[in-house]
Amino acid sequence: MTAGYLSLTERDREEMLAAIGVSSMEELFAQIPASVRFDRELDVPPALSEAELVRHLEELAAKNAHTGSELSFLGAGIYDHYVPAIVDYVLQRGEFLTAYTPYQPEMSQGVLQAIFEYQTVICELTGMDVSNASGYDGFTVAADACLIARNHTGRSRIVLTETLNPQLRQVVKTYAPGFGLEVVEVPHDGGTTDPDRLAAASQDAAAVIFPQPNFFGCLEPAPDLAAAAKGAGALAVAHVDLTSLGVLEAPGAYGCDMAIGEGQSAGNYQSYGGPHYGFLAARTEFIRRLPGRIVGETTDLDGDRGFVLTLQTREQHIRREKATSNMTTNQTLLALGGLVTLSWLGPNGLRELGETCMSLVGYARERLGLPAAFDRPAFKELAVRTPIPARDVVRRARERGVHPGYVLGRDVDGMDDVLLVALTEKRTPAEIDRLADVLAEVC
Amino acid sequence: MAGEESYPEGLKYHPEHDWARIEGDEAVLGITWWAQDALGELVHFEAPSAGDATTKDAPYGEVESVKAVSDVIAPLSGEILAVNQKAVDEPEIVNDDPYGEGWLVRIRLSNPSEVEALLDVDAYRAVVAEQ
Amino acid sequence: MELIFEKSQAGRRAGRVPSYGLPVPEVPASLRRAQAPRLPELAENEIVRHFTNLADRNFGIDTGFYPLGSCTMKYNPRVNERVVALPGFANLHPHQEDEGAQGALELMWELQQILAEVAGLPAVTLQPAAGSQGELTGLMLMRAYFADRGEGEQRDTIITADTAHGTNPASVTMAGYKLEKVATTDRGNLDLDDLRAKVNERTAGLMLTNPSTLGLFDEGIAEVAEIFHSQGALLYYDGANLNAVVGISRPGDMGFDIVHYNLHKTFSQPHGGGGPGAGPVAVIEALEPFLPSPQVVRDGDVFRLDHDRPKSIGRVRGFAGPFGVFVRSYAYMRAYGPDLRAMSETAVLNANYVLARLRDVYELPYDRLCMHEFVLSARGLKKEHGVTALDVAKRLMDFGVHPPTIYFPLVVPEALMIEPTETESKERLDHFVDVMTRIAAEAAEDPSFLKEAPHKRPVRRLDEVKAAKEPVVKYAFGDRPLVEAGA
Repeated sequence: MTAGYLSLTERDREEMLAAIGVSSMEELFAQIPASVRFDRELDVPPALSEAELVRHLEELAAKNAHTGSELSFLGAGIYDHYVPAIVDYVLQRGEFLTAYTPYQPEMSQGVLQAIFEYQTVICELTGMDVSNASGYDGFTVAADACLIARNHTGRSRIVLTETLNPQLRQVVKTYAPGFGLEVVEVPHDGGTTDPDRLAAASQDAAAVIFPQPNFFGCLEPAPDLAAAAKGAGALAVAHVDLTSLGVLEAPGAYGCDMAIGEGQSAGNYQSYGGPHYGFLAARTEFIRRLPGRIVGETTDLDGDRGFVLTLQTREQHIRREKATSNMTTNQTLLALGGLVTLSWLGPNGLRELGETCMSLVGYARERLGLPAAFDRPAFKELAVRTPIPARDVVRRARERGVHPGYVLGRDVDGMDDVLLVALTEKRTPAEIDRLADVLAEVC
Repeated sequence: MAGEESYPEGLKYHPEHDWARIEGDEAVLGITWWAQDALGELVHFEAPSAGDATTKDAPYGEVESVKAVSDVIAPLSGEILAVNQKAVDEPEIVNDDPYGEGWLVRIRLSNPSEVEALLDVDAYRAVVAEQ
Repeated sequence: MELIFEKSQAGRRAGRVPSYGLPVPEVPASLRRAQAPRLPELAENEIVRHFTNLADRNFGIDTGFYPLGSCTMKYNPRVNERVVALPGFANLHPHQEDEGAQGALELMWELQQILAEVAGLPAVTLQPAAGSQGELTGLMLMRAYFADRGEGEQRDTIITADTAHGTNPASVTMAGYKLEKVATTDRGNLDLDDLRAKVNERTAGLMLTNPSTLGLFDEGIAEVAEIFHSQGALLYYDGANLNAVVGISRPGDMGFDIVHYNLHKTFSQPHGGGGPGAGPVAVIEALEPFLPSPQVVRDGDVFRLDHDRPKSIGRVRGFAGPFGVFVRSYAYMRAYGPDLRAMSETAVLNANYVLARLRDVYELPYDRLCMHEFVLSARGLKKEHGVTALDVAKRLMDFGVHPPTIYFPLVVPEALMIEPTETESKERLDHFVDVMTRIAAEAAEDPSFLKEAPHKRPVRRLDEVKAAKEPVVKYAFGDRPLVEAGA
């Protein structure tokens, strides 16, 4: 048996069968009823040696237009930010990469301390008291927040702004029936949400979820939206961008109960949508309702500091049908990438990152030669109106080696002529000039 | 920590390992020695509030240790008059003294005839023996 | 070891961010950050040292034997890490047009085909981010299927085994179903009489893993399927234990209608200290219309994402799923080809070998040949010497072995669930047997030494009661002052 990654020799196999007391491998499977035995070969592509495997995957990868092969201004939830080289180093350490969930803390102090540090960083950025060890992505954490809100308030309505990422709203609506929740959406007003309109829609709501910045790239009147939620007796949940929290205020500082979001911008490659990490942070009073793992500090028999998973009675392996969630596997390794990146940036680097993005948006406003779709300040994405359908702009621009951005009409009625252009710190003024030239040619 | 296994005479018991001390038209409720032993050292008591109702056989709160969480089942129906704040602040008191300082709530009975359905000490010991 | 914040010094920094000398628009005052976040301030070399030292305090499959039952801790091939980092994968934006993502879509489609063949079911979704999300998706599919047939109100209950992993009942609750449990016989099969009494027109379905968490193949599985199907209910297969049966017995052939896979168990996605994973789901033809949107489809030589799915349950995760996990699992499958069967056969051989050598050292609650994992009980040690499964687990650490799963499944007291996996050599297995035998002897000779184990790890046994009673879940920063943002 020398297939794949197996270690046994023929002789090993014979000795082991003898020790078991059977004379053939077939006897080990005698307990499987004949009627359910699979007795032909699996109809799957043939085995490849490692060199052939790498060549095959390289051929597949070569068929993709990635951000190294095509100048891209795509954003809309996933962003081409710089991933520091030390992230690759840390995440490839086998002690992190190949470790299981740290249920045995004495074997896992590395992972446990790293998660504790990650929880701290998320709380610092969002102004919250407690964070979990990550959720599946920036959209499912919204479903998590809805469940917390339902259990805390006893109410069954969720209010979402239409300026939230459409995929987040889809996920919440998929989870809602099982949670016994009703979902209400509030339309935007000129690219952001009107606080009075939000307040009116939020009566009897368990939670109000709003973004900052929003899906259109615009800055919302977040403190007023939080106040509108609280005024209606609902929990205020802000969906935020970690890369913005060096320049934008922390949700905890303007009255929010929870802060959630997609962590990919801080420390993960785009990777065609995943895996990444969702983050979920909340005020102290919600700690026992938080889904997912939480790491806590403690001491050992000698009184030395150590870290353990704590409050595990919330979780499925103990609480079972009364668990706060069914979550087991989370996104720890990707969250570790976030911790490493945010440590590498530090507070000054994070602030500079935000400033660079905003300065590039300012430059794009002037240079692109297309009117802004919304008269609002923006963070790292600019929505512009195109004179021809945005889909055609994308097609023609790509023929010239540039992907100009996301077509908002894919999700929003009446926006077939709106292009969402993302400006991360990896874009340069020269690249924006190139985009401007291409847009002038194709529009 | 917890003392010797004990099930006092004079209390009434529920098969879900809860006890009741009847005092006229009121009762004091808690969990038995067996329950605290099964859970291990308690770290949290999720208590109801005064004024809440209890319903016989239904949960009125939760107790939590590191390895388990358990509903606390009401042996009798009534209205909660008082919650033992000490059990909330120092849940380990429930392990140390489950029938004394580790009481959980005091209720006014809404249906005193329910007392008859509860177990006396010997019947409850029989339940424990089967666990 | 110090926290990274405790090594921080104001003014130190590692990374530089490009700046282009452009004017920075002002953030409106009401939205502006007032106080700088207290992120670590270290030079890059000290950040590298910090995480290197943390890694040194952690144990992975790369370090040593890791026989966690139901986790399938097999070797994570390094070539998978090389290919997932190819720029054509790592730097591919998920909103790229389908024409610009043909390599990714083809890979996903091929992965779906292989998964379908392994399960014996025709239609696959790759969207769920983890096994438990796959479970929830499967239950949502059931709900949609029955609602479509006008039986939605009628069918409100899911049945699980009493040996089920905690995710099963948790998923049932999240999906809005009621839970009913069925007993397991002394032989480790589902109790068919108990089942017949509990399955009726209110039953939506069964959630089961086969082999079970006891590592035992349910010999009555065909009858189990018949009981549910005859009442119009569905069967859901929890793929946590799939490593035992790939190419040997297919869940679709066993009678299951919905199957989830754990790519981070059976198909070698590294566990990463807790994640990521992926939980794809395969279904019978009748359930295909309800699969999450979008789906990867093939039109001749072209692959695309199909969003036009009117009966879909919706979306459970962003984009098309955790793509990086697909790359690794697909590469893994291509390294084996049809010999994926040998992978499962060897997993079963290794587990039976360890069982045969330990059956007289610990208690064996179910006296049968096992599949890819088996359960021992330390109940005898507890009774005679006061030594528990927990103590055995902690002492194993001193020998450079990660403990097996303990206290699960719940039906076995002082349970030790052992899953060696197929990538372990005979020498590793022999070493494990020797160590377990020695620990059993130590239990008799010096129980208190075991009760204070581990003795050779970076920390001694940790106080989990204290962590739960007084949760400290982030660094307190002491009296470090908050500074103005931009200072």
